[in-house]
Amino acid sequence: MTLLPKALLLVAALGLAACNNPDRYGANGGNGGAGGNGGFVDTNGLGDPSNPKSIAYFNQSVGDRVLFPVDQSTLTPEARGILAGQASWLATNADYAIIIEGHADEQGTREYNLALGARRAAAVQDFLISQGVAPSRMRTISYGKERPIEVCSEEACYAKNRRAVTVLSMGTGA
Amino acid sequence: MTIWKFPLTCAAKAAKTLKTGQSRPKTTPVSNEDQMHSLKTLSAAVFLGLSALTLPAQAEITINIDSPVIEPMPFAVPDFIDEGGAGEYATNIARVVAADLAGTGLFVETPKDAYISRITSFDAPIAYPDWQAINTQALITGAVQAGGDRIVVKFRLYDVFTGAPLGDGLQFAGTPGTWRRMAHKVADAVYSRITGEGPYFDSRVVYVAESGPKNQRQKRLGVMDYDGANIQYLTDSSSIVLAPRFSPAGDRILYTSYASGFPSIYLMDVASLQTRNLGELPGTMTFAPRFSPDGSTVVFSLEQGGNTDIYAMDLGSGQMRQLTNAPSIETSPSYSPDGSQIVFESDRSGTQQVYIMSASGGEAVRISGGKGRYSTPVWSPRGDMIAFTKQNEGRFHIGVMLTDGTEERLLTASFLDEGPTWAPNGRVVMFTREGAGAGGQAGLMSVDISGRNLRQIPTEGPASDPAWSPLLQ
Repeated sequence: MTLLPKALLLVAALGLAACNNPDRYGANGGNGGAGGNGGFVDTNGLGDPSNPKSIAYFNQSVGDRVLFPVDQSTLTPEARGILAGQASWLATNADYAIIIEGHADEQGTREYNLALGARRAAAVQDFLISQGVAPSRMRTISYGKERPIEVCSEEACYAKNRRAVTVLSMGTGA
Repeated sequence: MTIWKFPLTCAAKAAKTLKTGQSRPKTTPVSNEDQMHSLKTLSAAVFLGLSALTLPAQAEITINIDSPVIEPMPFAVPDFIDEGGAGEYATNIARVVAADLAGTGLFVETPKDAYISRITSFDAPIAYPDWQAINTQALITGAVQAGGDRIVVKFRLYDVFTGAPLGDGLQFAGTPGTWRRMAHKVADAVYSRITGEGPYFDSRVVYVAESGPKNQRQKRLGVMDYDGANIQYLTDSSSIVLAPRFSPAGDRILYTSYASGFPSIYLMDVASLQTRNLGELPGTMTFAPRFSPDGSTVVFSLEQGGNTDIYAMDLGSGQMRQLTNAPSIETSPSYSPDGSQIVFESDRSGTQQVYIMSASGGEAVRISGGKGRYSTPVWSPRGDMIAFTKQNEGRFHIGVMLTDGTEERLLTASFLDEGPTWAPNGRVVMFTREGAGAGGQAGLMSVDISGRNLRQIPTEGPASDPAWSPLLQ
């Protein structure tokens, strides 16, 4: 395989240059998975969830994540429904770029789970492309089993951790 | 950190006339046949008692590590003699030697309060009957001289029951900061002379130091002596770092970091802590790096578009070569010690299994065949075995098998064990064990490849992803 010339890739990366470091789990991250609930207090800059153009609306009403069965990266019918909603939201909110995070549960080895998380993120990306979202608006990142949102060691938690999360950021063509 | 070593030439001469001299079977790699034989012996539990009775014909002190049952050998290591300026080193060095030997599970220290005679001078004759009377079999004596920027440590090993030195005395010299290393070298010499196995105490471990709750875990690279002493942190925890690995000379470390925002492999110079991103290829993820035995090449996984394959990169030119080309996940590559082959894991069959291919790529042969999933294969530095992680029926195991996949032996079982790394002598593996649930924390464990002597490695906090260095020079 020949990798693309660096210059070209740099240009591709510039499309997302307005994003912050996508590692929102870094030491100063703390926003461990968007999509909170409860009454509206906009402490995290996600906007009013009743405003259909807000990130909060996307996270909660459209749905920012899809879940996967054990060791699978195939999209379930339910996941396809959520992603179709994401695609149409992205079509009407063209200012946003997205990072698709792939995650795995803890029942696996570290390196395999990184690869598995990448597969899940890619499955989401491919589906969104098929729904008309421009590839230049998207990047993927895998966290493997490094960033669970639920910490119990039972299927109830594992099921929520096997996920791909679509994280919005202002950025395209800005 | 250089340590000079040279033999002592006085009293120990007698050793040369004994069979117990230095001509003992040393670190030559065990052939597959021999290994298979000993593994079979191990699995044949019914013969345990019988085999334990067939003592070696020699009267000298030996431990055959592959025996199914091992009665730990009693040893004594009185405080070393202060030959000037030694201060606390005289005691501390003896204590580290004792901890190294006892830590193998092959030796047991005779308590000091049982001693009948005292060692008052390094060159005084040994009162063997006094040591025989307390059933010690190996006696280690030593002396320390310290002054200015230099410390000199010498030792002798005695076979108490034959009443003779075992091998020549040795002397080590270095800076005071190396005192623990000198203790490890003394213990290594004793261990090797008695077991016939290669040394491993004078070595380091690079690992990931963890803090914080499971869903917000902070990670940074740490390096420490194999026994958990002398911890030094190499990165801060501002971004996730994973799975560091030492270069063959121990001077560089490969690891995976999210420092750029996306997972990528990095190369760090241990002395200067300078790092270089080796995987700056936007749109890709690089991870699972490992050095070739000559240190010139890095083999690693590269993911693009959701598919992960194995690549090799020449560190000098930066040139990359793709070694696998499959729609499945190919990862965790590890070179054979001669550099000619690579063992790796792939889920091409539907679940993770272990394969071996030529170091230049091409067709791979599956070697794992039992029930469950096999992952994180690592080639033994002796070349004879592959250590791996196995998942079966909801449990994780660390195991070893021969390079053709036969003679599989599971060494551990727990909620989550993963990622074995070999001691420099190929006798011990260290790995990560993590507990279940919100309070489950990761720690480092080691176990002998016989399955004996499971131990926790002391660390300052939770820790994961250990990688053992080669024996220090």
